[in-house]
Amino acid sequence: MADPVLSIRDLTVEIPTRYGILRPVSGVSYDIAAGEILGVVGESGAGKSMAGNAVIGLLSPPAHIAAGEIHVRGTRVDQLTGDAMRRLRGKEIGMVFQDPLTSLNPLLRIGDQLTETMLAHLDISRAEAERRAVAALEEVGIPGAAERVGSYPHEFSGGMRQRVVIALALCAEPSLIIADEPTTALDVSVQAQIIALLKKLCRERGTAVMLITHDMGVIAEAADRVAVMYAGQLAELGPVRDVLTAPRHPYTHGLMGSTPLASRGKDRLHQIPGAMPRLDALPDGCAFHPRCPRAHDRCRVSPGPRIEDGGGRAACLFPMVEEAVA
Amino acid sequence: MLAFIIRRVFQSILVLLVVGAVAFSMFRFVGDPIDNMLGQERTQADIERLRTELGLDQPFPVQYYKFLKGAVQGNFGVSYRQGRPVSDILIERAPATLELAAVSGFLAITIGIALGVFTAIRRNGFTANAIMSVSLIGVSLPTFLIGILLIYLFSVELGWLPSFGRGETVMVGGWSTGFLTESGLKALILPSITLGLYQMTLIMRLVRSEMLEVLRQDYIRFARARGLRDRAVNFRHALKNTLVPVITVTGLQLGSIIAFAIITETVFQWPGVGLLFINAIQFVDIPVMAAYLMLISVMFVAINLIVDLLYFAIDPRLRADRTAAH
Amino acid sequence: MADLTQTTTPVERSRLRLALESDFAYQFRKSPVAIVSAAIVLFMVLCAVFAPLIAPYDPFDPASLNLMNGFSKPMEPNAFTGETFWLGTDDQGRDVFSTILYGMRISLFVGVAAVLFAMVLGVTLGLIAGYLGGWTETIIMRVADVQLTFPAILVAMLIFGIAKGITPVEYRDQMAIWVLIIAIGLSDWVQFARVVRGATLVEKNKEYVQAARLIGRGSGAIMLRHILPNVLSPVLVIATISLALAIIAEATLSFLGVGAPPTQPSLGTLIRIGQGFLFSGEWWILLFPAVTLLALALSVNLLGDWLRDALNPRLR
Repeated sequence: MADPVLSIRDLTVEIPTRYGILRPVSGVSYDIAAGEILGVVGESGAGKSMAGNAVIGLLSPPAHIAAGEIHVRGTRVDQLTGDAMRRLRGKEIGMVFQDPLTSLNPLLRIGDQLTETMLAHLDISRAEAERRAVAALEEVGIPGAAERVGSYPHEFSGGMRQRVVIALALCAEPSLIIADEPTTALDVSVQAQIIALLKKLCRERGTAVMLITHDMGVIAEAADRVAVMYAGQLAELGPVRDVLTAPRHPYTHGLMGSTPLASRGKDRLHQIPGAMPRLDALPDGCAFHPRCPRAHDRCRVSPGPRIEDGGGRAACLFPMVEEAVA
Repeated sequence: MLAFIIRRVFQSILVLLVVGAVAFSMFRFVGDPIDNMLGQERTQADIERLRTELGLDQPFPVQYYKFLKGAVQGNFGVSYRQGRPVSDILIERAPATLELAAVSGFLAITIGIALGVFTAIRRNGFTANAIMSVSLIGVSLPTFLIGILLIYLFSVELGWLPSFGRGETVMVGGWSTGFLTESGLKALILPSITLGLYQMTLIMRLVRSEMLEVLRQDYIRFARARGLRDRAVNFRHALKNTLVPVITVTGLQLGSIIAFAIITETVFQWPGVGLLFINAIQFVDIPVMAAYLMLISVMFVAINLIVDLLYFAIDPRLRADRTAAH
Repeated sequence: MADLTQTTTPVERSRLRLALESDFAYQFRKSPVAIVSAAIVLFMVLCAVFAPLIAPYDPFDPASLNLMNGFSKPMEPNAFTGETFWLGTDDQGRDVFSTILYGMRISLFVGVAAVLFAMVLGVTLGLIAGYLGGWTETIIMRVADVQLTFPAILVAMLIFGIAKGITPVEYRDQMAIWVLIIAIGLSDWVQFARVVRGATLVEKNKEYVQAARLIGRGSGAIMLRHILPNVLSPVLVIATISLALAIIAEATLSFLGVGAPPTQPSLGTLIRIGQGFLFSGEWWILLFPAVTLLALALSVNLLGDWLRDALNPRLR
């Protein structure tokens, strides 16, 4: 296997507060290879977005990376600051936000937003940037791109705006895209189109994608591998087919049970009892044990094994083996 | 958009008619114009002649119409106190006030916006916090005390700057300007700071709070995520969005500058229309009061109108929505 | 505390405790700015109310004036009479400390009265506009809009000028204080009317108001008994902030010579008088009234700011 585009090792993000130090991301490790789409799933607050923000260097203070390493194409980036990190954003790492209605500046023409991004990173003339802006819009499927570069964001529909956002994230040809809930704010009918577009563009260019979502359907649709996060930790990591059909971590199992999949027919939806613990009140041992139907005494004292890429698949002392999803 | 402007112009005319009615009522009912214009030795014939001359024997609406017609042509009657046409006095005094207001407005807007942006970007910095604390005192400090304080410091103690008057003025066309002589410019410094300081503080605090709001928006995060330089993010993206709400308040503040000039002109014995107005109130010189009221209303209404038009210039959403709505 | 609980009846005690334990009281205790400004305001109000008892001289009693005492420096015995004045005297030998006490009395009286006037007028018009709607509302709110186009101080000046024109010359000085109150009050009612109208629009469609209407309560009774209590806290906030503005407005008008007359000087009038002596070196005639005004305006302002945050975080 070639060197991964993104490599995260033991990443820990901390937020110092009056009540103590919170760890929204705790000892997380995973890789993403060129052209690969890694789905990162979990409930709200599980730390999926926080990990994405850490990679692109946009943690809002006082949150900060407390431990671990992040490498992008072999270069260590977690210690970069200021201008060095800025050069990386957009150029090496692109980002797509959740809500296309708010992620475009309402007062600037979309063409200008595209060209300013390219001019910030690429050594090209303004005329060339303007030409490429039209090309970028064409690529994401905006009809009449040549005229539309002069339009303002409010003149586009939600789905079209998300296409513009994707064009913006890709226009300086980054090797990694972090897509943070890219379809959550969209109409269901548009979601599939946006996912398909993202998938197609990244496959063509060999861009690595970190696809952050809470929607198992999106994961099933787009991802090659999936990382399941719970309370800031990695619960399970593996090829999407394996994880979806034969989850090993009881949390993943529960998560699958609470997602309506057409293939599972008319079974009732299962709910995981309880709620994810707050970060300032994490239980000892495995963070999931209070909600886990299979918890043993040991789970209350010692956490599950850490997942190393290529090592074990689930951070569980008693993983489920070859059990069909209920 | 055109319909909107027409509606605004119509509203403005309505406001002016109301103000005109107030001014006319003052003229007609506050004190007896005949009493005011004729001395103690008067004959019944004199009174009758003046009544006809002033049109006081005509029906009320006719008088109002004549008053408005006169006002539009710049005829506001004769000052009770100086015995000269009010319009002559106003024309003589206007340049002093307008030059003072222009310099103050310029100071208030440029320094106010600059400090507002600075305190927003460095919101936890020591200097920014110091500026904010000082500005809180600035808001509670009455204008005339600021003027007196400046006079004490720079005229009485240091003797650097004059404490009253305009210095030497030069006639350019029909306009007496203080911009062209050294003493004229020196004389402008303290009054314009006094007049501009309060508005500057207001603009600064407003810009700061709006800018902080804008900096929290998704499109700012997205702009950072695209690797744009801080300068581009802060000024091209954030400041422009900040200015949309700031413009209204700033516009109204500019109007207030002309009104607040009354105070500054009194402190510095600045020979402008404000000082004229205060003297008119002290001596119940109704024609001057009425004329000042009309004049300042026209100015306010014009400023409001310009502010509305500026909105259209800066915010493409409004342009589109208005045209779509009509 | 122990004495207090013994002398009060159980009901009163629980009410007192309720007040002391309320969120409001807690926030007050937590904010040093609020405590200090409240203390300053309270102190100044007491000084103003008891001015005749505190002031060492009656500055407006010609009999107590001695021109020989003129221009006494603060804390120094006068060269001619040997009398010592804390804060010095002005040109006519009036004790500056006493004039400040009396001046503060007038400043506070005008400020409070003007705000009360504005409040009663604004709340009434706001209630009527919000509750009745229709053309009544249109007229009231249109007038408010037009007035809001102009700075309050300008409106106050204009009203003062007109009122002065109407008052016969011989009564002008006597009436000046009342004219000032009306002028400042009329320039400031719009804020109250706007907020009250907004709140009334919200409240009047709630079920308890509908119910009151169904059982046949009259409009006036509904407005007073049901809607008014609900708009009190924003009104209180606006009143406090308005008080600071009214005090400054009064001082400004008096400073400009279109407010309190020299026979009844407010702090603004005193500053106007003091400004004349700035160049000749008698700084105390100006400085002490100015500092007093500043302290008063700043503490009321800070108190208003705090009140706004504590009572109604949503009010901007």
